[in-house]
Amino acid sequence: MTRHQEAAADTRMEFRRTAAVDRQAGLGAIARITRMCFRYPWRAGLAMAATLPAVCMQLAIPVILGRAVDQTLAMDSDDPDLRALTLIALTLLVVSILRGVFTLVQNYAAESVGHALAKDLREAIYDKIQRLPFSFHDRTHSGDLITVGMLDLEGVRMYFSTALVRTLLLTLLIGIGAVMLLRTDAILGLLALSFVPFAAWRSSVMQLTLRRTWLILQEKLGVLSQKMEENLAGIRVVRAFAAQDHEMARFDASSREALEYSHQRIDVRVRSTSAMTLAFFAAMGLVLLYGGRQVAAGEITVGTLATFLTFMTILQMPVRQLGLMVNGYARASTCGSRLFQLMDAPVEIADVGGARDLEITEGTLRLDNVGFAYREQGAGPVVSGISFEARRGETIGILGAPGAGKTSLMQLLPRFYDVTEGAITIDGQDIRDVTLSSVRQAVAIVQQDSFLFTTSIENNIAYASPFADDRRIRGVADSAQLHDYVLGLPQQYSTVVGERGVSLSGGQRQRLSIARTLMAEPAVLIFDDSTAAIDAGTESRIRAALRDHGKGCVTLIVAHRLASLKHADRILFMQDGRIVEHGTHAELLALGGRYKALHDLQMNPEPDVLEQEASR
Amino acid sequence: MSPNGQAEPRDPHADGRPRMRAVVGSTRVEEEIFGRVFDGKVVRRLWTFVAPYKGRVRIAVGAVLVFTLSQLLIPLLIRYAIDYGMAPGAPGWLLAGIVALFALVIAVNYGASLLQERITGQVAENVLFDIRRKMFGHLQHVSLTFMDQTEVGRLMSRLQGDVNSMQEFLETSVQSVGDIALLIGIVAVMLWLDWQLALLVLMVLPILLVVRVLWLARARSAFMAAHEANSVTNGALSEAIHGVRAIQATRREGLNAELYAELTERTWRSQLRASRLAQVMIPIVDTLTGIAMAVVVVAGGLMVVSGRIEVGAMVAFLFYIQRFFDPIRSLTMQYSVMQRAMASGHRLTEVLDVEVDVEDAPDAVALGPQDDASVEFRGVTFGYDPAHPVLKDVSFSVASGERVALVGPTGSGKSSSISLIHRFYDVQDGSVRVGGHDVRDVTQESLGRHIAMVLQEPYLFTGTVMENIRYSSHWASDTDVTEAAKAVGAHDFVEAMPLGYDTLLDERGSNLSLGQRQLLSFARALAADARILVLDEATANIDSYTELQIQKALQKLLEGRTGLVIAHRLATIRNADRIVVLQQGVKIEEGDHDALMARQGLYSKLFTLNHASFDDIAEDLDEEERKVAT
Repeated sequence: MTRHQEAAADTRMEFRRTAAVDRQAGLGAIARITRMCFRYPWRAGLAMAATLPAVCMQLAIPVILGRAVDQTLAMDSDDPDLRALTLIALTLLVVSILRGVFTLVQNYAAESVGHALAKDLREAIYDKIQRLPFSFHDRTHSGDLITVGMLDLEGVRMYFSTALVRTLLLTLLIGIGAVMLLRTDAILGLLALSFVPFAAWRSSVMQLTLRRTWLILQEKLGVLSQKMEENLAGIRVVRAFAAQDHEMARFDASSREALEYSHQRIDVRVRSTSAMTLAFFAAMGLVLLYGGRQVAAGEITVGTLATFLTFMTILQMPVRQLGLMVNGYARASTCGSRLFQLMDAPVEIADVGGARDLEITEGTLRLDNVGFAYREQGAGPVVSGISFEARRGETIGILGAPGAGKTSLMQLLPRFYDVTEGAITIDGQDIRDVTLSSVRQAVAIVQQDSFLFTTSIENNIAYASPFADDRRIRGVADSAQLHDYVLGLPQQYSTVVGERGVSLSGGQRQRLSIARTLMAEPAVLIFDDSTAAIDAGTESRIRAALRDHGKGCVTLIVAHRLASLKHADRILFMQDGRIVEHGTHAELLALGGRYKALHDLQMNPEPDVLEQEASR
Repeated sequence: MSPNGQAEPRDPHADGRPRMRAVVGSTRVEEEIFGRVFDGKVVRRLWTFVAPYKGRVRIAVGAVLVFTLSQLLIPLLIRYAIDYGMAPGAPGWLLAGIVALFALVIAVNYGASLLQERITGQVAENVLFDIRRKMFGHLQHVSLTFMDQTEVGRLMSRLQGDVNSMQEFLETSVQSVGDIALLIGIVAVMLWLDWQLALLVLMVLPILLVVRVLWLARARSAFMAAHEANSVTNGALSEAIHGVRAIQATRREGLNAELYAELTERTWRSQLRASRLAQVMIPIVDTLTGIAMAVVVVAGGLMVVSGRIEVGAMVAFLFYIQRFFDPIRSLTMQYSVMQRAMASGHRLTEVLDVEVDVEDAPDAVALGPQDDASVEFRGVTFGYDPAHPVLKDVSFSVASGERVALVGPTGSGKSSSISLIHRFYDVQDGSVRVGGHDVRDVTQESLGRHIAMVLQEPYLFTGTVMENIRYSSHWASDTDVTEAAKAVGAHDFVEAMPLGYDTLLDERGSNLSLGQRQLLSFARALAADARILVLDEATANIDSYTELQIQKALQKLLEGRTGLVIAHRLATIRNADRIVVLQQGVKIEEGDHDALMARQGLYSKLFTLNHASFDDIAEDLDEEERKVAT
């Protein structure tokens, strides 16, 4: 297990790194997200379609206001044309309302595309993660998968509204607006638009910088929070070493670094936003100066000048937010490529075409020259040349030093990994040729790490068979020596355990895990070092209770305590991935080999024996 | 329970009808997100963190006011430019002069905005880090009882989420001063330009306020519902990721996907609702803006025609109308921010107020080389809950250089005893003495230097192997560290790692085996080079080879030191000079192995049963005793 974990640790970064750099993949991701958005053609179409009227209404307002000013100035003070003025006012009101309505439609439709996309992607990601084989999860850090499922999903969700629709909006707004202004007065139009390139550039640079630095800041804050969390979880160690000052120094170092960085970011933001405001007002000043002269010279009307000024104020916000649009693309490209990398990861362990369910007849498990190597880094085989057969009712004990390949071998049986050599058959059927689900129904394993789901104890026990009745649940809990403990809990079987529930000790978790596995009534039952945290007394009671369960299936037990194994029908002693000794307890003792040595060590752990053993 | 394990409990719910017992994710009990808008106690407490930056806050507020003033001036300058600078026959320098003034105003605006935003951002950030530091520092000293009772996750959400919402509050507070000033300023300028037209226009203001307040209540519940649905869904995803091996082993993929689809459906609906509510304000504000502008066009237009106001004033009105919805929007937002901040602030105050019950006495002395390495319990009574003592009048002593094993069944008070030596808790009665001093009379720092402690669960920190072994023993050189590792037999596997002593350990050292972690924690205790070693032997059943290594390391660790060991292994017990047997908080036997065997008491019973671990038999024994009793 250890070697395997090391290999996994070395490769786990790969998933993160490759996604971030590949430009080609980023562009591909954007194209793919865009296509996915149009899987909701009505909503996407509506959002796009509403953009044009929303922009037109937006642009109409400065024109109407200018008209109002001119109308006012043109009116005769003795006989004001109230009708014309009212008409302009009403138009203004209607246009304002329409602007609001179209903007609402556009925004809501765009967001609903995002939400619909998120919903579908969430389900796809969840399903994918559940089906990807162990080997994938070995080399992928769970934190990275969570990042994909939560943050990257968010980046992809926001793409349609923040990037795509905004692009359309800005293009129309600036395009149509520019044509209008330039046609009215070319020089004044150029002056009014003069702030646009600068603001667009500044805003894009700012958002991209903020995004880049945000990621770095998050990393720094991540380090800080990890230090805090470790400190709090290990507070006894901290106090045992009177290391409070040391811990504060560690905290301060991380904290200061994050703070300084965060100040830099504030600087970037403040400089850019202030500069953009200045550019905008400067352009306005120029329009005022030049336009004012034109007005004074009678070249344009006051209304036209008012139109230009109002237009600028309307354009200001969208242009300043142009950076958000650029950011929307950048985010979608990295988030998207990471997300698609997960979605496209091959599910290497799956049913072959036309696979049928495993049929259990005799209940005989057979391993034929089985070999296995983890693919990463061309590591050598961890298991090789393993052959044995076990019949219903038999118990096989497996033993060996850490790293001997015991766990790796056990994980081949429920097809968590595929053998790289030889074959595993149950009643003559290769487990790779039948459906995965039927294999895992037939081969139940109590794994080394017992995972608890955040739900009640009964739901946890009945995890594999959610329709089980209470009687059965209590029965297996009793066999696993868990029943009495559960009865002592405030809500008994309804007590919620797991991350946000009552925390169980290692031994209790293992017992729960055993109970969960016993629910299955399998053909092959595996205990993979699953009683390490259970004391010897309880373990022997579990063993007694299991005698009945064992009659209907093959039982494989991996353990360190000889007491757990010595009643097995056969014991396999593994070393370096191979079986080096096998036989019954008595036979192996008589053999006088490694098994015998281990036996002596455990039965008589006196210091002198320890010394002898150490020098062996 | 019957021996075959088939005894069936009576269960009132067992009606034989199958029901599905499957869920994914869990509905979490969310903490109160919104509190009162204003909580004097919280604000006062918060102020103590802001006070050091008083000067800078004043500058920021000043800058905000200048910034707001300059913004108010801009439409006015446009007005003057139109009415005077562009008037027929006006001298050319007048317009140029007004524009020059305009340039001056925007320059001031630029400077003020730079100053205000930078100071506000930095001060808020500093305060955030200060609060976090203060809390973290406080948690280093609060009673362990509090730490035992509080989940780490909960404390982390204090240190992160709650602290962040305080930052948001501080940052937006200064902004709010600007918003209020802007709102008042706009109203004042409009009234000054023409009070009748201003009143007509301002009629929309109360409507907006009412709509906004009504909207806020509904919108907030929708946002919270969306937020909660989202976090439940994310919780389910995270569970699937962490539990993927168990899920595949139990073939729950299909069912889980169906259950998860229900969650995503719920999230989707609640997000759509939240999004609808967020967008619905847009047409409302636009309509009100439209009404206000229409009023200016008709009424203002007529006023211009009648010569009551000038056309520039009308244009200025139109500009102001477009501005005054912004401050109202951010002020109503600020209301939620404040409520959230008060709720967070309240929780922060709670943590900051947790009592520190173990503190150095004012006249505490430092334990030093002059003090011996003895440990003594004098009539110690102690309970986490004073009503239920876990140690009752326990007395024993360990002389300098002696090795004593503490033995007893689970719950006998062994672990509590060693916690007291280190003064994790204070005794209720009697005293614990180290080096001849009552632990309450010496500084905790020196006590920590005098005693090295190895806990049952080896606990490693993220960082290199070197850093982990050295930990807080900053005086230890690299050679000291490698020597310690060699002494406990950790050197070989450390060297075999990719970067040797510079190899980074994963979270909690998960890239190491349990045995390896144990050896590293031994090395850490050895590097601390204390004169007393207190050790809680691991109960976990590790393979015999590792076990052997650990036993040898243990002997090395105890060499030349006073040792007090909570022992589970026979070998460890046999190596002790003396054995203290505890049962249910009472010392029942004491002596060396032979003496205790001769006594024929609990110890000899434990020993005769001859299992590998002492605690195991203790449980068996308890059971046998219970059987005998019934």
